[in-house]
Amino acid sequence: MRDVAIVGVGMIKFGRYPEKAVQELAGQAALLALKDAGMTMKDIEIFVSGNLYQSNAMIGQRILKEIGQTGIPVINVANACATGSTAFRTAYMAVSSGQYDVALAVGSEQMGKMGLLGAGGGGGGGVSPEGIVGSGLMPAVFGQAGVEHMRKYGTTFEQFAKVAAKNHKHSVHNPYSQYQVDMSLEDVMNARVVAWPNTLYMCCPTGDGAAAAILVSAEKAKQYTTTPIKVAASVLTSDPWSERDLTLPDVNTLTRNAAKLAYEQAGLGPEDLNLVELHDCFATAELLHYENLGLCGEGEAGKLIDSGDTYVGGRIPVAPSGGLLSKGHPLGATGVANICEVAWHLRGQAGDRQVEGAKVGLAHVIGLGSACTIHILQK
Amino acid sequence: MAEAQAETAEKKERPILPFLHLPDQAGEKAYLQGSKCKQCGTAYLGPRMACSRCLSTEPMEEIRLSDRGELHVFSIVHQSAPGIPVPYIAAIVDLPEGVSVRCNIEGVEPDPKNLKFGMPVEMFTEKVHTDREGNDIIAFKFRPANSGKK
Repeated sequence: MRDVAIVGVGMIKFGRYPEKAVQELAGQAALLALKDAGMTMKDIEIFVSGNLYQSNAMIGQRILKEIGQTGIPVINVANACATGSTAFRTAYMAVSSGQYDVALAVGSEQMGKMGLLGAGGGGGGGVSPEGIVGSGLMPAVFGQAGVEHMRKYGTTFEQFAKVAAKNHKHSVHNPYSQYQVDMSLEDVMNARVVAWPNTLYMCCPTGDGAAAAILVSAEKAKQYTTTPIKVAASVLTSDPWSERDLTLPDVNTLTRNAAKLAYEQAGLGPEDLNLVELHDCFATAELLHYENLGLCGEGEAGKLIDSGDTYVGGRIPVAPSGGLLSKGHPLGATGVANICEVAWHLRGQAGDRQVEGAKVGLAHVIGLGSACTIHILQK
Repeated sequence: MAEAQAETAEKKERPILPFLHLPDQAGEKAYLQGSKCKQCGTAYLGPRMACSRCLSTEPMEEIRLSDRGELHVFSIVHQSAPGIPVPYIAAIVDLPEGVSVRCNIEGVEPDPKNLKFGMPVEMFTEKVHTDREGNDIIAFKFRPANSGKK
């Protein structure tokens, strides 16, 4: 295993692009990352494409038809919401193993106005059990996960709502964010309930987007940039057996396992982090991950959001990008976009949302079913 | 016509999910089927090829799960897929065998103030649909214990 660095990143503003094909969105992001690294497709030795809904249709190769076909190996990756970050990790493994020196990872998705995810079939006689035998809808599943935290620690609806108010406030300064609307706590709490306790503004939107990153061996990084970003840890876990995992997906244990491995790999702890981009697909999820990532003690997530410490300017800013709640969550793009955001902060290029003096950042993604990635990036 | 009548005659009740065991004879009660690992004792909803906890591949013991349990957590779904009536209480119920079940809670207004963590609930079944072949689709649901009318 050898050290790996990021030398180029790029993403397009998340939103809705009905007039474009998804490979065009991905191609745009890839070209931005190549330009950022001062490279062309000639320099790329392996390409990993993360896309959930098109991964069975050779989306990676279709992207290369937009930006340059050099005959390099292409890997198409799908891993639920962790698709993009798994693509990044696959590119990382290609370089850290010594097999390749230069790898491109692109995450992309075109969801349009897809609506709620998770209402799949599976019932007898072609009858979906959704709404008859409980719910597999993502807002309900993450609603239940939040209610479980209420049950254990007395966390309140208002504390969950504060997460959304924070992330929407951050988004105002992020030009890549799908929504850039500052919202008061009252706005969030008074919005219609989608699935208790998550109101509309506590749920991430669907949308389209793409993001890209270029990884090289650490010894080659200086050829391309004066500000390489070290990948200090790259971890992927799945859900181990836990008590209710089959009916209430356990989003906590695999995140805790991944965090432990990542901190060990990096030789760092949560106290060393200057910023975190975590998987705030719903406001309830962000609070759970405060504890899962060790940003606070057990049962103290409610206190942490109350303290204001997770705002930009606070002790440990979480989701300076606006998070999935504002920036959007085009599934395959999300994991790479989080890497872009952390890299920009470490380079001091994050504009009005810059976390001053950031040296270490963590990017966390979870895909239900479940898959969890954590990457720790270091200046 | 004769064929159509024959099909009607064979009309059956079918469970919405395979682990709901419907009565073979009148007078019996529907129940949820589970399986139990003979090595570590972990219980599962439905069958399993191996124990995902202790990894034993020894064939599991089939068990009949209780029709009473406790409410673990819930959400109240106000926005769902097209055609699904809202709001509904989407719950996780814990059964005494150590199995949890995803289900709807009925018989109580869908409001968080009506739901208490740990409240006792009981299972009931009812027809929810007719499939393309004319079979009745039977679902299991839960309601507060002793509130049943059936």
